[in-house]
Amino acid sequence: MKIIIVGAGQVGGTLAENLAREYNDITVIDIDGKALRVLQDRLDIRTVSGIGSHPDILVRAGIEDADMLVAVTNSDEVNIIACQVAYSLFHTPTKIARIRAGNYTNPKYYDKLFNDKHMPVDVMITPEQVVTDYITRLVAQPGALQVLDFANGIIQLVGLRAVKNSPLVGQELRTIKEHIPHADARVAAIYRRDRAIFPTGTTVIEDGDEVFFIAAKNNIRKVMSELRKLEKPYHRLIIAGGGNIGYRLTKALEHDYNIKIIESSKQRAEFLSEKLDRAVVLNGSATDQELLLDENIDRADVFLALTNDDEVNIMASLLAKKLGTKKVMTLISNPVYADLMQGGDIDVAISPQQATTSSLLAHVRRADTVSVHSLRRGAAEALEIIVHGDEKTSKVVGRRIEDIKSPPGATLAALVRDGEVHIAHRDTVINSGDHVIVFVVDKANTRAVEKLFTVGFSFF
Amino acid sequence: MHTAITARVLGLLLIVFSLTMLPPVLVAMLYGESTSQMFLLAFSITLLVGLLFWLPMRASTGELRTRDGFVVTVFFWLVLSTFGTLPFMLSDSLHLSFIDALFESISGLTTTGATVIAGLDELPKSILYYRQQLQWLGGIGIVVIAVAILPMLGVGGMQIYRAETPGPMKDSKITPRITETANVLFKIYVALTVVCALAYWIAGMSPFDAVTHSFSTVAIGGFSTHDASIGFFDSSAIMAICTFFMVVSGINFALHYAVWHDRELSFYWQDPEAKMYLALLAVGATITCLYLYYSGTYGWSESIRQGIFQLVSIMTTTGFATADFNAWPTFLPFFLIFLSFFGACAGSTGGGIKIGRMLILWQQGVREIYQLVHPNAVLPIKINNRKVPDRIADAIWAFFGVYLAVFYLMVLLLLASGLDYVTAWSATAASLNNLGPGLGSVASNYSELGGFAKWVLCWGMLLGRLEIFTLLVLFTPTFWRR
Repeated sequence: MKIIIVGAGQVGGTLAENLAREYNDITVIDIDGKALRVLQDRLDIRTVSGIGSHPDILVRAGIEDADMLVAVTNSDEVNIIACQVAYSLFHTPTKIARIRAGNYTNPKYYDKLFNDKHMPVDVMITPEQVVTDYITRLVAQPGALQVLDFANGIIQLVGLRAVKNSPLVGQELRTIKEHIPHADARVAAIYRRDRAIFPTGTTVIEDGDEVFFIAAKNNIRKVMSELRKLEKPYHRLIIAGGGNIGYRLTKALEHDYNIKIIESSKQRAEFLSEKLDRAVVLNGSATDQELLLDENIDRADVFLALTNDDEVNIMASLLAKKLGTKKVMTLISNPVYADLMQGGDIDVAISPQQATTSSLLAHVRRADTVSVHSLRRGAAEALEIIVHGDEKTSKVVGRRIEDIKSPPGATLAALVRDGEVHIAHRDTVINSGDHVIVFVVDKANTRAVEKLFTVGFSFF
Repeated sequence: MHTAITARVLGLLLIVFSLTMLPPVLVAMLYGESTSQMFLLAFSITLLVGLLFWLPMRASTGELRTRDGFVVTVFFWLVLSTFGTLPFMLSDSLHLSFIDALFESISGLTTTGATVIAGLDELPKSILYYRQQLQWLGGIGIVVIAVAILPMLGVGGMQIYRAETPGPMKDSKITPRITETANVLFKIYVALTVVCALAYWIAGMSPFDAVTHSFSTVAIGGFSTHDASIGFFDSSAIMAICTFFMVVSGINFALHYAVWHDRELSFYWQDPEAKMYLALLAVGATITCLYLYYSGTYGWSESIRQGIFQLVSIMTTTGFATADFNAWPTFLPFFLIFLSFFGACAGSTGGGIKIGRMLILWQQGVREIYQLVHPNAVLPIKINNRKVPDRIADAIWAFFGVYLAVFYLMVLLLLASGLDYVTAWSATAASLNNLGPGLGSVASNYSELGGFAKWVLCWGMLLGRLEIFTLLVLFTPTFWRR
């Protein structure tokens, strides 16, 4: 696919990297030539320097035969204009814009504003909101390393670390039905010492395994309790960093949790205190031991380090852990740091890029993909795909799961039919219109999975 | 300061004010009283003086500055009160001394409702009408000045009611121009008065009583045409109507406008000041009723009837009476007068420190405690999720401090004049809060007080009405320096 990305900042850069790795032709436009050079040195992409909403610049980037425009500069207005130009002058099929201001996306105006007649933006993404939602789910499921929504949240994929002395640990996977008779669940993948194990009925879960399982949302806690001691719901959160993510998260959670938010800039702290209702806004450094002790860090359930500085986040998290916080979650942009830290003192490393790119990946896929989630820092992937076609044109419709020749490392974990969750078993038959949740242990096999679900030509 | 323009405005004010002495003439003719000549004389004097000011300066044009705003506001009450004394002094049936007449006139125009006259029931109807009308005029003056002018001057944190007003009153200047704002407020005020008068009349008052009482109800004044005040009618319906209109008039008129403009009653409950005002009224009334009953003062129904009415009347600083609350168990008179310090909402016809200011003071107190627990916390004072600038909070603290200082200074002066403590304390509160009736020897009227005490109370009423700083600023040398 030919994709033009406007904006070479954090979001644009990571997106370019992810998409380029999937063999797309990427062109990145930015006014900052230096940022472009850095990207070009690293990735196999084309770059154009200039203002991304100007038609001439877009032409130079090859907009005329581009399949998709992704405008992710930090200005909402530039992003919208770029989409408008692409639509009006070049009829670009898919236009995606990053919109941060909640006022544009307010449901009151949204429908009238964003359509082909007025502002032709097909998909809107708000990276900060995506990350906020991601963290919100994590906070709501104590003990989980990762929680992902499928089919509007009725089915969830949860990653967690198995702990010994739990009912299922040391048991074969097929006993899961005896352990939890009323809650159907399926283990999609197991990572043992960072290596993927393809789960079969006889696989035995060991202490320390990272287990990904899929289940209907209301069964999640039941399944989790089989793999590790169930943690009490969180109440007291301390958030370090009142930037966009910290602010949105606090705003979303302040009525359900007891939140203290630490912000180092006086001006920003004043802004926060004005906008937030119940949360306590503290002006100071997240790495200030006195401040953390004064605010009873040892009694906090979770410490979330969400500043835009990886090093500060890591240091603050380590300090919080040392001072007695039960759990720390840390925003780490640099994948190298994330690999270093997760599983040690830091309980959950949150990768903002992973969350953001996930939300975009669905639109570059060939099969009818509803959502894509990157897991384990991009190594694995979970997809929600809608099945089309009939028995003749499709390789999956009308077949039992055990008869489907799925690519290596891919698990058909569950499907949603008419709004109901069905956990996949060997004899489950797939129908047209089903939403299938597929877990791919190795991202390299994603293509094969897509191919499996693409309708053959005779369909048309 | 622009002497010429100020003089022109004053002259104009007096000319308009002189016209208000004509309706009493009509009343006198209607009831066949001999007071019409006296009112015409007062009218002529006021008109003449007004013309003397206005004629020479009528050509001078120019904008009034902020400083001139202070002068005009203060003179509105000072000069009008002075000329308002004329009918009281000229009248055969009263023949008040100047200080008595001035006290009555100021009490009327500041909508205080304290009176030096005993034996109201025997007075000519035209004089009674004139007293009530003074209050009504004072009421509209307060609303316009409180909503349109004081925010402009920024007195005692009132600028919070300027552009950055939270809640439904995004911009309580209502309309872009002051004259237009005044016009809208005047219409609301008149409409309230008309509805109130009709309600009174339907409830059984004579047309004369209905009109005159509606004047002093909507103005939150408290003057009555009877010595026994509202108690004269001894009617639950009238008490209920009176209570309702006192409560309504105690709400910011800009909020009334917003409600009327958007047809959205819920604004009353969204506005934090109105919300606290209504809540305080409810809590105060409950305490009063329960105390009345359990202290054995009245039975259940009478406790509720008198408790609610008296609480609303005192807390909104109206000062109507149906019962001698002075004779209630000691807790209640002090409790009621204490509540009158809270008063009504800013931008209403009520007096006191104003609920809006109390709300911010309270929040600041809470913040201070909170800050001790969380030394690093950033805690803004918020009204309707919007931050109140520190400058405004400071101004309100200063206002509060000066209010208390003035209060105790007045108490001391009254004590020096020979009054007992309860009388001095309550008379000061009654005048500074523009309430009206006090305790002790000023429970029903102020005729027993000496001249000095009356002078002190006159200043008290003016200070309270003019939000203290507006009047005090005129006494500072900086103000007059060019």
